[in-house]
Amino acid sequence: MQLTQSSVGRKIIMAVTGIVLVGFVCVHLLGNSSMFVGADAINAYAQKLHSLGPFVWVFRLVMLVAFALHIVFGIQLTLENKAATPEANVQVKRLKTGFGAETMIVSGLVMLAFVIYHLLHFTVQVPGMGVYEMNEATNMVNVYTMVVAGFKSVLTVIIYLAGMFFLFLHVSHGFQSLFQTLGLSNDKSLPVTGMVSKLVGFVLLLGYIAIPLSIVFGCIKL
Amino acid sequence: MKLKLHVWRQNGPNDQGKLETIDAPSVSPDQSFLEMLDDVNQTLALEGKDVIAFDHDCREGICGMCSQVINGVPHGGQDRTTVCQLHMRKFKDGDEIFIEPWKARAFPVIKDLVVDRNGLEKIMQAGGYTSCHTGGVADGNALPIGKPVADYSMDAAECIGCGACVASCPNSSAMLYTGAKVAQLAVLPQGKIEAAKRVMAMTEAAKENGFGNCSNHYECQASCPKGVDVKFISKLNREYMKALVK
Repeated sequence: MQLTQSSVGRKIIMAVTGIVLVGFVCVHLLGNSSMFVGADAINAYAQKLHSLGPFVWVFRLVMLVAFALHIVFGIQLTLENKAATPEANVQVKRLKTGFGAETMIVSGLVMLAFVIYHLLHFTVQVPGMGVYEMNEATNMVNVYTMVVAGFKSVLTVIIYLAGMFFLFLHVSHGFQSLFQTLGLSNDKSLPVTGMVSKLVGFVLLLGYIAIPLSIVFGCIKL
Repeated sequence: MKLKLHVWRQNGPNDQGKLETIDAPSVSPDQSFLEMLDDVNQTLALEGKDVIAFDHDCREGICGMCSQVINGVPHGGQDRTTVCQLHMRKFKDGDEIFIEPWKARAFPVIKDLVVDRNGLEKIMQAGGYTSCHTGGVADGNALPIGKPVADYSMDAAECIGCGACVASCPNSSAMLYTGAKVAQLAVLPQGKIEAAKRVMAMTEAAKENGFGNCSNHYECQASCPKGVDVKFISKLNREYMKALVK
């Protein structure tokens, strides 16, 4: 009860689900980077994941629950914070907080929209959204072709770049935030986790945009 | 110095309120901000106008009564300074100064710059008591408390309860105040007995009294006139988790 209703309790849920989500984007990036090794690498990686059978669905369920809790409580806490804050003063000068911290709800909702788009594009594989070439031997689409062909569209590249920019904004505040919320911060560690947080966000940004940009500039091709 | 003041005028919690421009034609750089307002009020009174209502008490930076957002920052933005200790030499001749009240739903405006900060007292009340032995007065050295622990507790206890943390917070959260109050007792043997109950009750009281949730902006520490550290919010979270599993 207290965990799901109190101010601190819900923040703990935000932090724990945040760890799951940021952990996932890190592992996902490592997996995706096999695009740089070649078609066989990424296809073998995809095949390996699919061969896990029921574990894939257990994993998807855990991710779905973490994602849903993070979104629901994030929206709920933000609405409460808005309700606690009347019309702002005519002059407002912020001393410490930053753009990323002040736009968490915006970057969060953009990420939600992005994840839905990304899942439809590369996981559900909605006909017409991309090139889904079946490999008869494995009974799976050719992931390498799907990704390279997918980023031939300028609009798709822009959507992915924008999505990753919002991921950077969200993580650059969220990562250090989870240490503070879980009671792991003090005056010595906070400036360090603050910098690490921005670094993690930036590495994720660079890592993820490297794939579509490499395709655009022809470093990865069919 | 000649200054142009834009002062928030509001007759009560339900009044709309608006900024009023008032000239301060002869301000001495040696005056404190409150003394400058005293002069302005003197003139307004002589002209038969409504004086600017503002909170003040000790005027030596320790009581936490003065509460004005000056040019967008609670207490005016000079490091570790309350409004009463802010001096007019910080401003230049011809400056325009915006003076507004603490803004938070939990702090309804009583008049002009005076707000009702009872919400903070309600949080403190919810914290309850600390157990102590009755009988003869205990010997001063009978309860050993290490210097680092005493220092930590005293750092938290520096909070003067002015509410600048709430006023500066984009979420109107009172978590720095609550964290400081929880932490100052949680590390001491006297406060440990009720620590779990206290952190739960005070966190709940903050929510019940209309304060927002902390989302780690750290604006509170930056505008705190006593420099109370956000590590005490982390301490509160730690105490809260300990209490959850108890």
